[in-house]
Amino acid sequence: MVKKELLKVEGLKQYFPIKGGMMGRTINYVKAVDDISFTIYEGETVSIVGESGCGKSTTGRAILRLEEPTEGSVVFNGEELTTLSKRSMRKHRKDLQIIFQDPYASINPRQTVADVLDEAMTIQKVLPAKDRRKRIIELLEIVGLNEYQADRYPHEFSGGQRQRIGIARALSVDPKLIICDEAVSALDVSIQAQVLNLLEELQDEFQLTYLFISHDLGVVRHISDRVIVMYLGKIVEIGDKHSIFESPKHPYTKALLSAIPVPDPTREKKHIVLTGDVPSPIDPPSGCRFHTRCPFAQAKCKTDVPELATHGDMKAGHQAACHFVEKIENGTIAAKGFEEAVF
Amino acid sequence: MVQQTPAAEFGQKRSSPRVEAYKGFWRRLRKNKAAVVGGALILFFILTGILGPFFTTADPNATQISIKLQSPSAEHWFGTDNYGRDIFTRIIHGMAITMKVGFLSVALGGAVGVFLGIISGYYGGILDTVIMRTMDVLLAFPGILLALAIVSVLGGSLTNVIIAVGIFSIPAFARIVRGSTLSVRKLEYIDAVKALGASDGRIIFKHILPNVLSPIIVQLTLRIATAVLTASGLAFLGLGAKPPTPEWGAMLSEGRTYMREAPHLVLFPGIMIVLVVLAFNIFGDGLRDALDPKMKK
Repeated sequence: MVKKELLKVEGLKQYFPIKGGMMGRTINYVKAVDDISFTIYEGETVSIVGESGCGKSTTGRAILRLEEPTEGSVVFNGEELTTLSKRSMRKHRKDLQIIFQDPYASINPRQTVADVLDEAMTIQKVLPAKDRRKRIIELLEIVGLNEYQADRYPHEFSGGQRQRIGIARALSVDPKLIICDEAVSALDVSIQAQVLNLLEELQDEFQLTYLFISHDLGVVRHISDRVIVMYLGKIVEIGDKHSIFESPKHPYTKALLSAIPVPDPTREKKHIVLTGDVPSPIDPPSGCRFHTRCPFAQAKCKTDVPELATHGDMKAGHQAACHFVEKIENGTIAAKGFEEAVF
Repeated sequence: MVQQTPAAEFGQKRSSPRVEAYKGFWRRLRKNKAAVVGGALILFFILTGILGPFFTTADPNATQISIKLQSPSAEHWFGTDNYGRDIFTRIIHGMAITMKVGFLSVALGGAVGVFLGIISGYYGGILDTVIMRTMDVLLAFPGILLALAIVSVLGGSLTNVIIAVGIFSIPAFARIVRGSTLSVRKLEYIDAVKALGASDGRIIFKHILPNVLSPIIVQLTLRIATAVLTASGLAFLGLGAKPPTPEWGAMLSEGRTYMREAPHLVLFPGIMIVLVVLAFNIFGDGLRDALDPKMKK
């Protein structure tokens, strides 16, 4: 079966100007997302992982044009979104929805659940007014809430329940793609599992496609089909879940994965401890952005920007942005000056 | 938990956080004695302004030189002025003028100021810069001087006083609303409705305005006091309502000449201005404390 491209992001850049001085001149830019490209196929779940500040949330917001992207193209279902007028973009928003991180901030405290869902349907003219009430009840049941809760206010719900309301709101307009921006990060682990399972059920039932933004590798491993690893506004590695988690190629991905705790006290595990902080996205390092912290960094890394490519025995579709994937794999380049702590 | 049928449930709201918040608000307001007194006074003034003229028998502008400058008596409660007009009647009729100037000018200034503030805070950028710098220019003038300048340009009449005082109230509202809008705009639920495709108008009026209402209400109340004072000041300087209109500031100005022989000519309008300003100020302060209990400490 040929997979259908649902979302194609190309050369996406999101620079935020830094203003200063008397006249509010633009002094510099925060390069939150710097030239990234990826494709999402219909029906799959793609995750973006990375540490805070790497541009994962910004990517999601730029796709939805909640922040107008600086450059690049976002093609959804064959249509370019970045050049649409504000008005026609509003109509297209029906197909792309978002679930937010903070269930306490993402619902207007002055609206009942029914108001929230009704408003969503009114904006997108999903149903005539008289049929909406029925649909609201239906939506609540779909996300595991009850009919009698329809006329309650957000403060009467727990965090997990509110996140379900957020999901119901996203579903109310029958979207094709849902961006889950740290959608379960603020929840308790037990509630996380419930919400994740709900998301998976909904995906099967409504043929949804997810772009799942998270810093939680455990969650990502559970839900994703494919994974995108970002570092400082760039994609460093992209591939299907198994490739990324079982044979990561980029030194950054390796370091990231080694941080996942393993519930086995007897197992000796190599931790790759990165030194230093993430450099500032205002003035990112030249060449490979990871070279300042990479244990394998060579002279070339400081000057040449590595492109995403499939190296050596990597599976098709698995790409890493590193000059020395093969040499690191066969041990020609040894790690230097980095701690390989054994716990 | 009582299960309701969808039909019965629809349209009938449970106790909303708004209702809950109002309950708490009333409780806190009632505890504040000064605010209660201020509120009662305001209510009394408004009723006097509306109904008072129907209960006074004398014509506020009827002159009767034979009884001029009489001290307060059973017949003329507040005495008579230099033309023999009954001061009590004139105070009552002046109440309507004062209330009209206070409420209308603040309504005008508030409407424009809130609009500019929300636009400024929501859209930001060059629009924000232009609006807020203009407000800064307006704020740079001492209030009464600005009103004075506007009235001298437009010409002295009650309507122009309302417009002048209205314009000079705009910056205060614009600033406060802009600040509140900036903080509400960043909330995730604004992004959520934006992602649903809501228009800017819907976001501004349905989601931002209701959440910036409390500082607006407080400012409205406090501003009425300032407006009354400014309007009286203008009339005192001869730039407001023309004689023989029973405007308190104008009465004060007229009575000034007779202050030594007949102090009641300035005493009663003066007291009334003080009372109105004080009532709105203490009520406004009480409102602020009751609406935002966190700010008090």
